[in-house]
Amino acid sequence: MKIYENTGSKDTRSGFGDGLTELGQKNENVVALCADLTGSLKMNAFANNHPERFFQVGIAEANMMGMAAGMTIGGKIPFTGTFANFSTGRVYDQIRQSIAYSDKNVKICASHSGLTLGEDGATHQILEDIGLMKMLPGMTVINTCDYNQTKAATLAIAEHHGPVYLRFGRPKVANFTPENGEFKIGKAVLLQEGTDVTIIATGHLVWEALEAAKALNEKGISAEVINIHTIKPLDEEAVIKSAKKTGCVVTAEEHNFLGGLGESVARTLSLNHPTPQEFVATNDTFGESGTPAQLLEKYGLNAENIALKAEAVIKRK
Amino acid sequence: MADTQHLKDLVTQVRRDIVRQVHAVSSGHPGGSLGCTEFLVTLYNEVMDHDPSFNMDGVNEDLFFLSNGHISPVFYSVLARSGYFPVEELSTFRKLNTRLQGHPTTHEGLPGVRIASGSLGQGMSVAIGAAAVKKLNGDTKTVFTLHGDGELQEGQIWEAAMYAAANNVDNLISTIDVNGQQIDGSTDQVLALGDLRGKFEAFGWKVVTVTKGNDVDAVLAGIKEALTLTGKKQPICILLHTEMGNGIDFMMGSHAWHGIAPNDEQLAEALRQNPETLGDY
Repeated sequence: MKIYENTGSKDTRSGFGDGLTELGQKNENVVALCADLTGSLKMNAFANNHPERFFQVGIAEANMMGMAAGMTIGGKIPFTGTFANFSTGRVYDQIRQSIAYSDKNVKICASHSGLTLGEDGATHQILEDIGLMKMLPGMTVINTCDYNQTKAATLAIAEHHGPVYLRFGRPKVANFTPENGEFKIGKAVLLQEGTDVTIIATGHLVWEALEAAKALNEKGISAEVINIHTIKPLDEEAVIKSAKKTGCVVTAEEHNFLGGLGESVARTLSLNHPTPQEFVATNDTFGESGTPAQLLEKYGLNAENIALKAEAVIKRK
Repeated sequence: MADTQHLKDLVTQVRRDIVRQVHAVSSGHPGGSLGCTEFLVTLYNEVMDHDPSFNMDGVNEDLFFLSNGHISPVFYSVLARSGYFPVEELSTFRKLNTRLQGHPTTHEGLPGVRIASGSLGQGMSVAIGAAAVKKLNGDTKTVFTLHGDGELQEGQIWEAAMYAAANNVDNLISTIDVNGQQIDGSTDQVLALGDLRGKFEAFGWKVVTVTKGNDVDAVLAGIKEALTLTGKKQPICILLHTEMGNGIDFMMGSHAWHGIAPNDEQLAEALRQNPETLGDY
């Protein structure tokens, strides 16, 4: 099986920040807005390099989303930056009316998503944002898995016309995808070929899925691992192809099972190739304070649980 | 004083368009539309430098954003009669497959509309974004918005107002339709707005008051005064005092016609009070 090496743990938000810095240099139409979280979002370099194109809006996310929509009129490509909770639930109607329904070319960039925000607890740990955003017509929803992929995605969405939700996180996690790799919106990445079970993962759980595949391999189980960075539009062809090959699926995400990647995969399979599926996701619950590792373990969002679900779903074939 | 008879004729015709649109589908918002007719007619015909062939980016054009989207009947009529789309299309208002949706939207590609509105409180933020980009692009034109007074109860308005003052957004003129009415009653009854001039001035805005917001000459003078205040490091607010339902006696002075369409007899009476000037659609 293919071995992936962690080239040095890094936070995905730094991938966003470094991508934005590069965009600032190569695309003068890129503007950035931030709601008092410039350091957390790693937007400092862009703000320092291009003060005229950086808009500090203060703790006023609704105004930020409206301003971003307005900035597309006149040809700019606005990138908004704040935590995932404040990027979605807090401003849902502003995104819905002024951005999505108005078809504005705004890039909503959201850090600190999911449980791995850690100690701040449930007020800040949104586990519903993928669902909120994927339900908006015309919205592209991306959840990247490591630093390199987040940087590549940041560059790619500037070239894509239309509203995008880009979701990433706070903690340092394994960095294993290729540096300066190609990022194709809507295209799944087949990380590991296998024959017994398909693991479809997004975000921080992609690395956990690879670790699970290793553990399963030691038990003689061949797991296929697919990295879905674009939850909407979903690469249905890749999902169906792999499900046909292995006959069972585990989805893994740092999100509520309601509204997440798992439901999108389930819909695709039920319409095209009904397949037994298990969900690694939070179980309709809020999070809580703790370290990222403790939280992932408590809520079952880790390699160990992915492997358990894989063995369980194989039995349902 | 400039001769504004052509604007007054247009105002009368736009009033006819408003009541005919809402009557045809027994739905829509005539009250606020009628109250803002003089303002929008004056803005589009005497003030703004704009191109009815319509380009979304509106570079080197003055821009207008309607934040209180429910007064779409007046907006559509003024856009049509400014050449953005054929006036005949007003007959499709609120009907299936129309570009003239209940509330304005870019979704069906109606020329003249740059943002969806209807869910209140969002237009000032959008306008600030557009105004900021005008400055980045070296475009010296002005961005206008219109808001209902009841709409000021939305918190986002005050986020935007704070931003605009703190960041010297001085190419923005936001007009508040002060008619003192909202769906559930008077603004005083529902949630009193207090001293609006004091509020905007405390936020750092320049304020122009137009007490006769249904007088074309007074409206024109007020907008011109506001324009003299642009470029001076402060955003500008016009407090436009209007009468909801203006121009149709039985609709005036009450919130009752906020979102109610006239029946056949009421339509006939409304049209009798506003004789055809430029031709009905």
